[in-house]
Amino acid sequence: MESVTPPSERFTRTHQVARRERAQTVAKWVFGAMSLAMVLPLVAIIVYLLYKAWPSLGWEFLADIPRKGMREGGIWSAFVGTLYLVGLSLAISAPIGVLAAIYLNEYARESWLNRLINMAVINLAGVPSIVHALFGLGAFVYGARFGFSILSASLTLAIMTLPVIIASTREALSAVPRAFRDACANVGATRWQTIRAVVLPNSISGILTGIILQVSRAAGETAPVMFTGAVFFKAVSRGDLFPYRLGDQCMALSMHLYTVSTQVPNVKESIPYATAVVLLGSVLLVNASAIVLRIWLRGRKKW
Amino acid sequence: MRENGRNAIVTRGLSLWYGSFQALIDVSIEVKEGQITSLIGPSGCGKTTLLRCFNRVNERYDYVRTSGGIEILGKNIYDSDVSLVELRKAVGMVFQRPNPLPVSVYENVVFGLRIHSKRRELKRSELDTAVEKALTEVGLWKDLKDRLDARATSLQLEQQQKLCIARLLPLKPEVILMDEPCSALDVEGTRAIEEQMFELKGRYTIVIVTHNMSQARRASDESIFMLMGRVVEHAKTEDLFLNPRNPKTLEYIEGRYG
Repeated sequence: MESVTPPSERFTRTHQVARRERAQTVAKWVFGAMSLAMVLPLVAIIVYLLYKAWPSLGWEFLADIPRKGMREGGIWSAFVGTLYLVGLSLAISAPIGVLAAIYLNEYARESWLNRLINMAVINLAGVPSIVHALFGLGAFVYGARFGFSILSASLTLAIMTLPVIIASTREALSAVPRAFRDACANVGATRWQTIRAVVLPNSISGILTGIILQVSRAAGETAPVMFTGAVFFKAVSRGDLFPYRLGDQCMALSMHLYTVSTQVPNVKESIPYATAVVLLGSVLLVNASAIVLRIWLRGRKKW
Repeated sequence: MRENGRNAIVTRGLSLWYGSFQALIDVSIEVKEGQITSLIGPSGCGKTTLLRCFNRVNERYDYVRTSGGIEILGKNIYDSDVSLVELRKAVGMVFQRPNPLPVSVYENVVFGLRIHSKRRELKRSELDTAVEKALTEVGLWKDLKDRLDARATSLQLEQQQKLCIARLLPLKPEVILMDEPCSALDVEGTRAIEEQMFELKGRYTIVIVTHNMSQARRASDESIFMLMGRVVEHAKTEDLFLNPRNPKTLEYIEGRYG
């Protein structure tokens, strides 16, 4: 026989419900703690780096060239070298990547060739950077006879960043609602007109963000540039904005960090840390500008 | 008025497959010029598919195959000299969900003109005239004449849908296809769009797909009832609803299935 529940006891917590609610509270705190734990390493790295690098930090460190066998002075030659490598590699990979992605996303029809291209893009993105380095060495330095040069290193970095740019651009393009494309097709717009008038204006923020995020990758990789065009030391003059030519070898921040940390004895302790701060700082700055750009561009589009 | 008994759209033995699924089976219909013809039938009966054949927009998907013929205003649209751009200019479509482009009201209306003319040939004054004419024709001019720079996507749904109709007009279409144009709208919006259709009737041939049988009854001259990819019955709307010849039609309009 079922006993009748008095109205005052209806909808109150039973033991089982209370237990489930406790479990849910615990889960919330544990998961929250994990996501907080993710922030800690970043903060720790930045604080530790800044603390160690403090004695060397300053404009002087950025603008001066390495002196006394890299035991003193600054990092100008490496900083400019990295600017060259990143700038040139993205100047190569961004147009190719964006145009390829537009083709794949807007024009290409479902076929075995396309599936093959897609698979190539995905797998190319997964190739370790040291393998890219070796490929660059074989293909550009020796194969194409570009020698150890900024050109070879940039091409290697370009190949490395290309698949990711293709993937992020495609993602940005497919985020544009299909309804816009239908609307265009139904007034007789060609695909190219649709792309120019509607698809690109509405995906440009995503495309640019994807490209900018590759800056940090290109700037940070050591192996590809070490194999193909970066050197331990190159004499340039202090503050010179154009010290290298395409066929020259250059210094690079990532490589320089490796050099002063492991290859040169008796380096002032703060120098490798300060180099790391510059590398990390420039990358964070670029990423931050990507975020600002995205917010600005997104503010202008609404649907 | 174009109600001269001529046919705007004629299909002959039209079949269509999505991959291996046959969505249209031997469809042969004649749609009269200047009239409103509604396509009705339960979900999946092929009415939207048929509508999308008329400006060949189905072909944007790779897995679609068709056979048979479609003549629009006497021309077989599968002829090799038919340009999809010209076809779609003449046969415009209005969608279920209003799909204004994310630009201003003004730019939405002149979008078609812009993509079909060289930049130098377009004078600002001509564009202005075209916008006023198109928006007047759909009854939006009074409400929007001071807000032409507003984003089209910020308008009310009903206004957006009217704008989508207005967007077709500067291209002087001959046929306007409507795919459940009122299903996202409330009663007022639906009435407004239906009134719109009556306004446009005669100058344009209108084919409307609708789920709403009372809408087909109110708004169309002729109705075509479809089931499982076939045309079951095609008659004057009042005949189809009052004296359906096919028992399937009767059962559907009585609401026994669908």
